Amino acid sequence: MYFESLGALWDMAGHGPYVWSSYGLFFALLCLNVWHARSQKLKALKQAKAFVRRNQ
Amino acid sequence: MTQSIWRMPRWFHQMGSPKWFYGFGGSLQPWFALAAFVLLTWGIVWGLAFAPADYQQGNSFRIMYVHVPAAILSQSVFLGMAVAGAVGLIWKMKVAFMVARSCIAIGATFTVIALLTGAIWGKPTWGAYWVWDARLTSTLVLLFLYAGVMALNQAIAERQIAGKATAILAIVGTINIPIIKYSVEWWNTLHQGSSFTLTAKPSMPADMYLPLLLTVLGSYCLFVLVVLMRTRTQILQTQSGTSWLMQHRDITGV
Repeated sequence: MYFESLGALWDMAGHGPYVWSSYGLFFALLCLNVWHARSQKLKALKQAKAFVRRNQ
Repeated sequence: MTQSIWRMPRWFHQMGSPKWFYGFGGSLQPWFALAAFVLLTWGIVWGLAFAPADYQQGNSFRIMYVHVPAAILSQSVFLGMAVAGAVGLIWKMKVAFMVARSCIAIGATFTVIALLTGAIWGKPTWGAYWVWDARLTSTLVLLFLYAGVMALNQAIAERQIAGKATAILAIVGTINIPIIKYSVEWWNTLHQGSSFTLTAKPSMPADMYLPLLLTVLGSYCLFVLVVLMRTRTQILQTQSGTSWLMQHRDITGV
């Protein structure tokens, strides 16, 4: 590891708040996107199954 | 001659079949999910904890490993959306319009990430979160273009007309892509030049450059994953009465 301790990794010589907030945003927004795509897919699947049941 | 140019191979027309796309996309999805997870985790851990600090910017340069992939993807996704839209317009493929529609949210997300992480990186580097610089301003215009495409797509209820209108706006909007790319050369800007290109040797050492390559590739895999998921969702929504879907194992469970 480049840093001497986990504390140094967290602090990043004073740049920690900038670096960690950027990574947090990256993950939060991309996870939100995947979660939304997945929930829409599950909803559509449920509706398609209901359609098939109604028409059987 | 003209006819042979416009006559496309069979696999191309297969891609336009909702049934084929649903099945093939479903088999690709887990691989792209795995690739995105592995590449992003590997690239980010390497970039955050193992890459050496930059001699000028210190540790703030580590923002590059999320900012650059987001910026590259924000432009690539817009281009991809325009190409899919053009394919839909030329070959009248409904699936191509669905793919274009699936690009909007993920493309806008990458643009928002690029703008926000760029603003955060700007503070320790330039001393300001925002400057009306050519690169920043043209990227903000890209976000407005995504918002316009999204609003237009949702304003029209008829899917086919919405697809055509979206495609035209996306194609016209691509004029902004070379403006973003060359903004750092055409105008005097605070923003640095490209971190890497496909044609030139990287100016960074491998320890700094390879994690970036991994996060860029991982972001592309994530983009493909989301587009596959959203396009398959649209196929489910529009094909619910068809016999192939009623007999598909996703519906029947067997």
